[in-house]
Order: sequence, then C-alpha cells, then structure tokens
Amino acid sequence: MLEIRNLHVKLEEEDKQILRGVDLTVEAGKVHAIMGPNGSGKSTLSYVLSGRDGYEVTDGTATLGGEDILAMEPEERAAAGLFLAFQYPVEIPGVGNMTFLRTAVNAQRKARGQEEVSAGDFLKLIREKAKALKIDADMLKRPVNVGFSGGEKKRNEILQMAMLEPKMCILDETDSGLDVDAMKLVAEGVNALRDEGRGFLVITHYQRLLNHIRPDVVHIMSEGRIVQTGGPELALEVEENGYGNILEGAA
Amino acid sequence: MAADPKQQATDERLAALTLPEGGGWLGAARKDALGRLQAVRLPGRRDEYWRYTNPTPLVQTAPALDVPDQVEDPFAGLDTLVVTIDGDDISVPDTVPDGLEIGTLRNAAGADIHWAKDVYGRREAAGSRPVSRPLAMLNSAFATNGLVIRATGQVTQPIHIRTTGGTDPILHHVVKVESGASVTLLESGVAGARSNIVTEIEVADTGTFHHIRVDGPVRARHVNTHLFARLGTESTFKSFTLSAHGALTRNEAVIELTGDDAVSHIAGAAFGQGDFHHDDTVFVTHDAENCESRQVYKKVLRDGAVGVFQGKILVKEGAQKTDGYQISQSLLLDDDSVFLAKPELEIYADDVACSHGSTTGAIDETALFYLRSRGVPERDATNLLVLSFLAEAVEEIEDEGLRAHVSERLADWLSRD
Ligand SMILES: Nc1ncnc2c1ncn2[C@@H]1O[C@H](COP(=O)(O)OP(=O)(O)OP(=O)(O)O)[C@@H](O)[C@H]1O
Ligand SMILES: [Mg+2]
Repeated sequence: MLEIRNLHVKLEEEDKQILRGVDLTVEAGKVHAIMGPNGSGKSTLSYVLSGRDGYEVTDGTATLGGEDILAMEPEERAAAGLFLAFQYPVEIPGVGNMTFLRTAVNAQRKARGQEEVSAGDFLKLIREKAKALKIDADMLKRPVNVGFSGGEKKRNEILQMAMLEPKMCILDETDSGLDVDAMKLVAEGVNALRDEGRGFLVITHYQRLLNHIRPDVVHIMSEGRIVQTGGPELALEVEENGYGNILEGAA
Repeated sequence: MAADPKQQATDERLAALTLPEGGGWLGAARKDALGRLQAVRLPGRRDEYWRYTNPTPLVQTAPALDVPDQVEDPFAGLDTLVVTIDGDDISVPDTVPDGLEIGTLRNAAGADIHWAKDVYGRREAAGSRPVSRPLAMLNSAFATNGLVIRATGQVTQPIHIRTTGGTDPILHHVVKVESGASVTLLESGVAGARSNIVTEIEVADTGTFHHIRVDGPVRARHVNTHLFARLGTESTFKSFTLSAHGALTRNEAVIELTGDDAVSHIAGAAFGQGDFHHDDTVFVTHDAENCESRQVYKKVLRDGAVGVFQGKILVKEGAQKTDGYQISQSLLLDDDSVFLAKPELEIYADDVACSHGSTTGAIDETALFYLRSRGVPERDATNLLVLSFLAEAVEEIEDEGLRAHVSERLADWLSRD
C-alpha cells in the first residue's frame, strides 16, 4: 500500500536535514505504529507524505498503491486515498464543519470520476458517523474546529476520516489530549475502519492507544530514521524503559 | 498662466451637462447645488480626499468604458416590490404595500409642496461639511430622475430597485422613514458604463431603515455612490454593500447621528482582481448621546487589485456614551495587490468607547493545506477561505433570509471567477 524508500527531507528555507533515509512499508490491512522521541521527524514524515509546503525531498521515493505521491498536489494525494489526522487540527473560522466535509467528500468523488453524494444521503451518513463519535449536531454546524476542545478536535479528525474512507490513514498523535473515554471512542472509530484494503500508520508516544488499536508492526524513529522495527512488544518496552536502550543499540 | 486643471475639468464637465428643466422647489435645490459645486469644483488628483483614488474616470465628460452586459438578479426568488430603472426611465408598480409611498423625482418636482423638498440636496449639503463631496453636488444639480420613497408604517416587503439599463446615469433617490416606520431597500443591476447615484435618507425618531446593495460580477464599470443619512432618536440605519468586481468603485457613506440612542451599522464586502479599484469612504458623525455606530469593511484583492478604505468617526462635544466600532480588513491573494486604509477617530466628548482597526493579511497557508489535504482543490479551498473572510461583513445583514441569499450569490460568483 504505502512504500517509503530512503526518504531524505530537508527544510526548504533552511539547510536543515530532518529525514535521513526513512524506509517503511505499510501493507494493506495492516496497522503500523511509529514511536520516537520528540523532534525525531514523525510529524515531518506525515506532512511530507500529505504534501505540505516548506519541505524539500532531496532523495528517495514514496508511493501509494504504486503511484508516486510525492509528485502530486495535496488534493490529488487525498483523492488517491491518503489521509492525515493532524497532530494539531486547524481552526477555520467562517467555514461550517458540515459544508467543509461535504465539499471535501464531493471533491474527492469528483476527482475519482464518481457522482456527488446528494445532500440528503450525506446528512444521513454524517449523522450516523458523528453519533458513533459522540459529536453532536451543534459541532457539525460550527465553524471547522473553532472553539472545539482538544479532544473534540481529535474526534472531528476521525469523523473526517470515517466520511472520506481513505485507503491509507496516517494518525499523528491522535491520542494526545484525549481522556480515557474519548480515547476509546477514537480507537473504536479507527477499528471500525480496519479492513483488508486499508492501511494505518499510527504515530503515538504511548502504549495506551496501542492497547485499543492493536498494531501489527511497531517502528522506532530517531533523528530522521527508522532505527528499529518489531512487534507490539516493542511498544511495551518503550513504555517501560524509554528509548535509551533502543537508541543505544541502534547507534 | 496655465489654466487650473480642476477648473478646466469642472468647466468641461459642466459644459457637457444641461440642467434639467423645471423650476419649483427642485429647480431651486439644483441651482443651490450647482452654486456649491462651482465654489469647490470637481475633485482632482491632488485633493487629499482623493489621494488613493484617481477621480478622473468619474469626473471626465463621458464614461471611458462601454456599457457592460447586465447580470442576473441577485434577489430573484424573493418576495420584493420591484421598481425598475432603465437609464432615467423608472417604472413604479401600481400597487404598493400599506404604509409606503413611492414615486419618481420627476413627478415630485411638479408638486408645489412636497416632503422631499426638505431632504433633497439638504442632507447632501450637510454631508459636505467638513469635507466637500463635489460629485454628490453635481448629482444634486443634474440628476435626471430618481425615486422618492416615504415609509409611514412597517413595510415588510422589501423594495427592490432593479437597474436594467443605462449609459451614464445621474440618479438621486430620497427616502424618508417616518417615526415608528420601517422599510428595507434593495439595490441591484448595472446602471451603465458609469453611474453617479446619490441616496439621501432621513430616518425620523424610532424609524428603521435597512439597505442592501449588490453590485454583481461586472468588470468594466465605474461606480460612484453616496449615501447621506440623518438619524433621529432611537432610530436604526443598516446598510450593506456587496461589490463583485468593477473597474472603479467609490462608495461614500455619510451618516449623522443626531438623536439620542440611534444606531448606525454600515458594512461592505468586496472582491476583485486585476483592473479593480474599490474605495469605501465613510464619515460618521456622533452628535447625540448614547448612540452606537459600527463599520465593517472587508476586501479580497487579487492580481494587482487595489482596495481603499477611508473611515472617519467624529464624536462631537456632548455626544457622551458613544459606542463606536470600526474595522477594515483586506485579504491579499498575491504580492501585487494593495490595500490602502486611513482610519480616523476624532473625539470631543470624554465619556465614549470607540475602537478602530485595520488589517492586511494573506491567505492562511495552514488552513489552505488543511483543506487541500482533505481533497479540496486549491482554487476551491481558496474560495472557501475567501468566503469565510468576507462572511464577517455579510453577517452584518440582519435579515436571515436576505443574508443567506446574498451569501449564496457571493459563493456562486466566486466559484465562477
Ligand atoms: N517548518 C519547520 N521549521 C523549522 N523546524 C522544523 C520545521 N518542521 C520541522 N522542524 C524541525 O524538525 C524536527 C522534527 O520535527 P517533527 O515535528 O517532525 O518531530 P516529531 O517527531 O513529530 O516530534 P513530536 O513528538 O514532538 O511531535 C524538529 O527538530 C523540528 O523543530
Ligand atoms: Mg509530531
């Protein structure tokens, strides 16, 4: 599904290398987790994959279903099935959450040559998905993320993911700022989307989320590289002993 | 000695115009206005009040542009009382709602005694102090027609002035809202290659006047309007203008709050690109206690477009408890576009709360990326952000139905750009 090869990325404006040769393959149907110290490049990886400005790929490739996504515009990547749940979801005053989502869903459908969903069908669908995430009608009407609590913003990200049904979902610290119940809701939202054809890359600092979303593979990122890859037990080790041993072993 | 260019331009323009026939009260008002105009002359490039906007296209004898095509009716589908204006040909419906009198200036001119006599040219003359407004004087002198509207009761059906044709019209409307009465005025349509439209509004104590003007997406158009309003005790005045494109627009609003507890809200949303110069010039005078005034202006500028805002709040001595708020903002979609703002507060009372601000900003790249990452193409994402920026001005429209209608048109026009 997602194949990243030897990815090197620097900042466009400064001479600062952030990713130094990332190799990672997420197969369809699998959940991969990435952990790693602050500043190791996890969010950068997610931004570069989704096409944010300000980064320059100096080497390496990234493909989604065999297509070179690095050459695409962000909206094309989305239409190709890539989704990023932001570490810091963005507030957009003046744009209603519902309007935003319908515009997004229909834009993606249009890009794929599918018909737009009718207003009625859309409403039915979003109500159902919002209910599962305990997002009320008022939050749907309000401007995108404006005045949402940290946890509400994260749930809103998962709602968008559920509505857009992407092939490859990247979740950047979706668990941070969530209370225990909200974390369960979010995990349920993610688990409901798990299927044969869909891949997940879950960036997190805590083992706790991984109790709810069981990963198939866990990677440790440090200084712009994947330095270790293992099973779910790797996350447990981080939880218990921190990164010290792992990073020493890698060095 | 070389001729004074202002004098020359004024002489040339006046030579090309003829004072409409007829004496009576209107004839006297015209002569008065002409005298005032001759004393100050038409604006020139060096005038401080025209520092950011070149008045030449509005001053010269003939319009510089061809007559543009009409655009669709932005208020279509709403229950309004439509009055059509084609050049200076005005058709007023035979039946009008209770509490409303509506006629043409031409007909009113024939009456020996007419209420419009106390408004026509009077508000304009008052509004020319301390800053003269010569193009409005020209209008008072030479207007060939206009509407005279008087509300004596609560008129729920909005009046829609729909302009369907014209070349270079000079129109002058007079509105009087009597005590306790209310009326809503809508304006739309293209009034020619160039237009000079003055509206004088007298809102008596406890009266309410609402105004929504929509200039649809026509690029080649030179527009010059003036709103002059005087507000009585506990009266309300709300005016909103949407401008989609237009090569040159200068909209002036001159509001005098003369009765205690009066409220004046004026707002504008404008977007344009390239050959687009949009100027909102506002002068609000607080001359009574406990009044509220609010101005919200937003402009979206692209491809070298120019936006201008000149806004002054004058709080006279004794206008205690004044609550004044003013904001003018621009969203520049590229480095070639400019926004020139001159907000001014002049306060002679000590117990007032006045604030004003002006900002110039670019599109929020993070928000743009967020939208695009959800699959919204760049152009549509930009439009969504533009809409959200302008929404704050559109929100100033009080009536929910009209607001929704205007928002929809705005979104539609943006998406067609
Ligand atoms: N636009 C930028 N300008 C300057 N520095 C940047 C920029 N983007 C990333 N960096 C730097 O790159 C490094 C990696 O940042 P990134 O946000 O990817 O880390 P992270 O692994 O997601 O950290 P965290 O766990 O704290 O979220 C950091 O040192 C960060 O300061
Ligand atoms: Mg991060």
